[in-house]
Amino acid sequence: MLTEPSSHPDHLWRNPEPRRGYDVVIVGGGGHGLATAYYLAKNHGITNVAILERGWLAGGNVARNTTIIRSNYLWDESAAIYEQSLKLWEGLAQELDYDILFSQRGVLNLLHSVGDVREGLRRVNANRLNGIDAEWLSAEEVKAYCPIVNISEDVRYPVLGATLQRRGGIAKHDYVAWAYARAADAFGVDLVQNCEVTGFELSGRSVTGVQTSLGRIGAGKVALCAAGHSSVLAAMLGLELPIQSHPLQALVSELLEPVLECVVMSNAVHVYVSQAHKGELVMGAGIDPYNSYAQRGSPQVIEYQLAAALELFPIFSRAHVIRTWAGIVDVSPDASPIVGLTPIENLYLNCGWGTGGFKATPASGWVYAHTIANGSPHPLNAPFSLDRFSTGALIDEHGAAAVAH
Amino acid sequence: MRLASGGRIDRGRPIAFTFNDVPLEGFAGDTLASALLANDLRVVTHSITRGRPRGTFTAGIEEPNALVQVGPEPMLRATQVELVDGLGATGLKGRGRAMVTGDGARFDKRYAHCEVLVVGAGSHGTQAALDAAMRGDRVILMDEQNEMGGRSLSERSATSTASTLASLRSFTEVQLLSRTTAFGLYEQNLMLAAERRPDGQRLWQVRAKRVVLATGAHERPLVFANNDRPGVMLAGAVRTYLNRYAVVPGRRAVIFTNNDSTDRLLADLGAVGIEVAAVIDARAGEVVGDTEGDERGITGVIVGGQRIGCDFLCVSGGFNPTVHLFSQVGGRLRYDERLTGFVPDEGPANVTVVGRAAGDFKISVQPTWLIPSADGDYSNHFIDLERDVTVADLRRAVGTGMRSVEHVKRYTTIGTGSDQGKTAGINEAAIVGTLTGQPVGGVGTTTYRPPYVPVSFSLMAGRNRGDLFDPIRITAIHPWHVAHRARFENVGQWKRPSYFPRGDESMEAAVLRECRAAREGVGVMDVSTLGKIDIQGPDALTLLNRLYTNAFDTLPVGMCRYGLLCRADGMVFDDGVVMHLAQDHYLATTTTGGAAAVLDWFEEWLQTEWTDLRVRCTSVTDHWAAIAVVGPRSRDVIAALFPETAVDTRAFPFLAIREGETRGIPVRLHRITFSGELAYELWTPNWYGLALWELVMEAGKPLDIAPYGTEAMHVLRAEKGYIIVGQETDGTITPQDLGMSWIVSKKKDFVGKRSLRRPDTSRADRRQLVGLLPLDGGERLPEGAQLTLEPRNQPPVEMVGHVTSSYRSAALDRTFALALLKAGRDRIGQTVYAPLQDRIVAATVTEPIFWDRENIRRDS
Amino acid sequence: MLVPCPWCGEREDGEFKYGGAAGIAYPAQPEAASDTEWAGYIFHRPNPKGAFQERWYHSAGCRRWFALTRDTVTHRINP
Repeated sequence: MLTEPSSHPDHLWRNPEPRRGYDVVIVGGGGHGLATAYYLAKNHGITNVAILERGWLAGGNVARNTTIIRSNYLWDESAAIYEQSLKLWEGLAQELDYDILFSQRGVLNLLHSVGDVREGLRRVNANRLNGIDAEWLSAEEVKAYCPIVNISEDVRYPVLGATLQRRGGIAKHDYVAWAYARAADAFGVDLVQNCEVTGFELSGRSVTGVQTSLGRIGAGKVALCAAGHSSVLAAMLGLELPIQSHPLQALVSELLEPVLECVVMSNAVHVYVSQAHKGELVMGAGIDPYNSYAQRGSPQVIEYQLAAALELFPIFSRAHVIRTWAGIVDVSPDASPIVGLTPIENLYLNCGWGTGGFKATPASGWVYAHTIANGSPHPLNAPFSLDRFSTGALIDEHGAAAVAH
Repeated sequence: MRLASGGRIDRGRPIAFTFNDVPLEGFAGDTLASALLANDLRVVTHSITRGRPRGTFTAGIEEPNALVQVGPEPMLRATQVELVDGLGATGLKGRGRAMVTGDGARFDKRYAHCEVLVVGAGSHGTQAALDAAMRGDRVILMDEQNEMGGRSLSERSATSTASTLASLRSFTEVQLLSRTTAFGLYEQNLMLAAERRPDGQRLWQVRAKRVVLATGAHERPLVFANNDRPGVMLAGAVRTYLNRYAVVPGRRAVIFTNNDSTDRLLADLGAVGIEVAAVIDARAGEVVGDTEGDERGITGVIVGGQRIGCDFLCVSGGFNPTVHLFSQVGGRLRYDERLTGFVPDEGPANVTVVGRAAGDFKISVQPTWLIPSADGDYSNHFIDLERDVTVADLRRAVGTGMRSVEHVKRYTTIGTGSDQGKTAGINEAAIVGTLTGQPVGGVGTTTYRPPYVPVSFSLMAGRNRGDLFDPIRITAIHPWHVAHRARFENVGQWKRPSYFPRGDESMEAAVLRECRAAREGVGVMDVSTLGKIDIQGPDALTLLNRLYTNAFDTLPVGMCRYGLLCRADGMVFDDGVVMHLAQDHYLATTTTGGAAAVLDWFEEWLQTEWTDLRVRCTSVTDHWAAIAVVGPRSRDVIAALFPETAVDTRAFPFLAIREGETRGIPVRLHRITFSGELAYELWTPNWYGLALWELVMEAGKPLDIAPYGTEAMHVLRAEKGYIIVGQETDGTITPQDLGMSWIVSKKKDFVGKRSLRRPDTSRADRRQLVGLLPLDGGERLPEGAQLTLEPRNQPPVEMVGHVTSSYRSAALDRTFALALLKAGRDRIGQTVYAPLQDRIVAATVTEPIFWDRENIRRDS
Repeated sequence: MLVPCPWCGEREDGEFKYGGAAGIAYPAQPEAASDTEWAGYIFHRPNPKGAFQERWYHSAGCRRWFALTRDTVTHRINP
């Protein structure tokens, strides 16, 4: 597991000046935006596209998440899109010709109460009948699968069992973004960095361009794809969103000899962890409760998260935190994303992935590209419309999100 | 090699230690690094990717090479490990070992407030601390080293810092914390620091009115070919080893510098008779182009094509002010051309940076970011020693099109090691700038984040381990349950008895027996954990009506009524019983897990929306112990305990409240039931709880009264179709879904009502509460099983609901379940299927009630 | 983050529950609201990058609700 990372390609992207106009302008150069640009080119032959990124490419949430990939969500609609994503993940390194260190090492969701067990079994059964691999493990089976988990009954909230998705795992977030970026760039997509959208140009009921820190850029279609700034952009358009932005913190340890071979998540004690390819433990917890765009949170969250981690993994007790950081997650009322049309013509919206966007990167790009190219949603993102909040047809995935909100 | 005299080590206290199992000796006051150098052991480990021999490079926390494992603790820096008796350390090739340990080390936390927190006890820090102390401020002065004094500890002769420290010690309001590394500065001057103590570590959390950062500056390396051999060290570090530890890394030195700070090193080496073969000064146009060496380290340098032999090379490329804490809290940096370093610019109002950390030092320095390669090969020009990253890697990164230092960091992994690039970052920025035609200041640094140094997981967790991980809540009757061998389950933070096995009964047998007792004789359950909210005031009724789905206008004093709460989105959120105790005085119960949320909900509406309502809510959950006496013989028990109270059903009807007293214990009796049997809930002030329980057990003994727990409770209520919030509901279920339209008032508004009219919320085919009877009365459906309309066990198959509760029933002598089923009420009588891993279970859909539909037993 | 409770003074944010946007009044005529308007009330909230009027609840202290303005980028509070 711990061989050194494979070498990277020698050319990734050009640094073009933005042109005066494009058929499609994607606002946000993160994982989802880059995937969207790639699939617009690959699946739909649309290459007159620009990605406008206000900072350094792929420097937002894709650069700072805990890289867990799985598709074990509860409802049919969610299961479908995350499973589509997982299938894309399975062929992605080959398709993009870039070793993204995708490792299907299994994702355990530990359950610590009778109620959680019931909900876990509900999810396992739903996954199975949706064609998604899912197993139920007893506490002893958890121990056999992941020997360093503490299943003692003497702890405050003992492990009562777990769900396991063997096809779940991790990938190296930066490489995924760069792989999509390189491929999109090769198709002729302009990746424009340090270009912040400051306003929109509308004509009648349609958007016709964007104002940016590098000047005005015309656009046949504009696709918003900026996790952490969705509300900021929407406000420029007078569009109200059911989104609240919160810090989500994560941390890494120093490099350690291999000790954890799968991904472990515990909703009840609020910690999830994997050991990356190089050897560092990568760990995340719940969101900080207050709204923030600061990309930092309170240290009490880290204290609590590490206490939880040591209850589950006594072997980590003398490991060290070497870095903490945070992203800005856009949380929606039902912990499900919003991908599709807006009341404004030729303006598309992709946001609200909250704490779970990374795993959806390929499918989000896939369906969003379809939506943009066709002017209507792909069947997989049709249920995730903005208007579901008016009809009440929410898709509540708080349980499967497995991250405290 | 150890010098015969000098240094601050205590030669009177020799210390035995091992390194890679080799027994060695040092002195008290040594670090592992100084002791290894004293023993002429220059190769500490090998580098992570290239496997090159590496030795100690620095004398401090910025050490990138000398990584060691000490017992269970991985990836410590030898420069930070204090020599203690019996120390055993091993060199690490870039990765450590995580180990379970029972070494009993203590990790605790301290919280402190002060007017002034000073980080760094060098000359500027100690002076700032003294100034504050003399103003009468409470002062905390922290320093990472085992001795205060900062750079003065590396001087040959005494400095004024020692006397400043002596003065500080005389102030009672000054706290001096050595061995304490400030690692995280957060908003509004919250500083986190790790103190190393003999028996473990202590996490300090200090809230200071003012923070003074006197954190000094780190020396930078120079970047040239083969600059990583053992024996290549920072010049200032050599001076520290020389003057503080009386250790010199070799016998023949070369100094390679671009600034005048190395003049003092030259003088100090001369003073102890160490030969300095050459001083190569970039300001004079001279550079070291390459080094030579073998497995044991450097043997010479190449200058202008000529070889100069040496066994250690002291390098100095200038100084980087240590701005990490300042930057963590949002301080901005600017590049200073004179210093060739980043210095603090704008920052928070109450954070001051002083001394070298602020760029307050004199230096004559010539920026010398990269010594060109003779042959165009940069694969041995090391920038990040810990990550084995070279200039060749940087060139490749830039060649891809990357321009941002953040991209280069991620592509090459520079700065991602446990040293977080303390000796690499600025060189990286400058070289990236050179390669991309940007000035250093324009390239900037990557983001500084806490912690400044690696911090142990155990330290952050502190004492919140085991039983202290989360509070344990128990009822007044808990000792009885423990004494009678109850099995417990966690319900939120509470420990509730799950069942009371007799003898070696299985859980299944115990639950069947307890259910039988409750339905045929008398059972008793501790229900103290349910939330209780006291609601008083002239507008109490108004509050209830606005929040519950049903109205309470017609609830007389002395009676109870079940109530349901929805959130604004119309989804069921909690339920309970509202008791009308007196004029303008109600008490509402909640679920055990929902108590806090419900009270918070009431308060939110009262304080933020309905501020004109005159009503007060108080949590009284812990004030009352509550005991449910349940079953057809329960009346006998009540009559025995409360002879003064009329207990026939006309005098004490269903839902009535009565006051009573038994053996001096005041009790309020409520004729409410969660089992559907004749039942009474007895409430008494908490301190009487255990005594009352024992009286109940005594009165029930002739009837073989059986205590029962949550398992039996679940079965009994399910036989009646009573929901459990969080089991039959999951935040997406409305009252109508549960078949509870009867409790949704048509007349008054309540929070959530409007939401019930939305298109999706009012669909006819939503998931609805139904009962299920497996065709095989002995087969139990698993809770969580999905339901289908066809007997098909693999996709594609449409799922139409799931099993929420499922039990074996003593009363029905068969299994049964509750479920949420799409358009369930239209499917009564139909067959549905639960496809399981290995089989499919068929069940008939029924009304969600299985016992005493007419409520004859309840009302008896 | 220190939160200035009007009754108890500055206390650590861990002592509080966060109440999101301030000033969202329960509609006077819920039955008159269209589904879109009602969804706006339930789900739409300001989410500014900058000054934010928000509510806090001192759940581990005096248990009072109050509002203040905080910058969501710098976290500076100007009540």
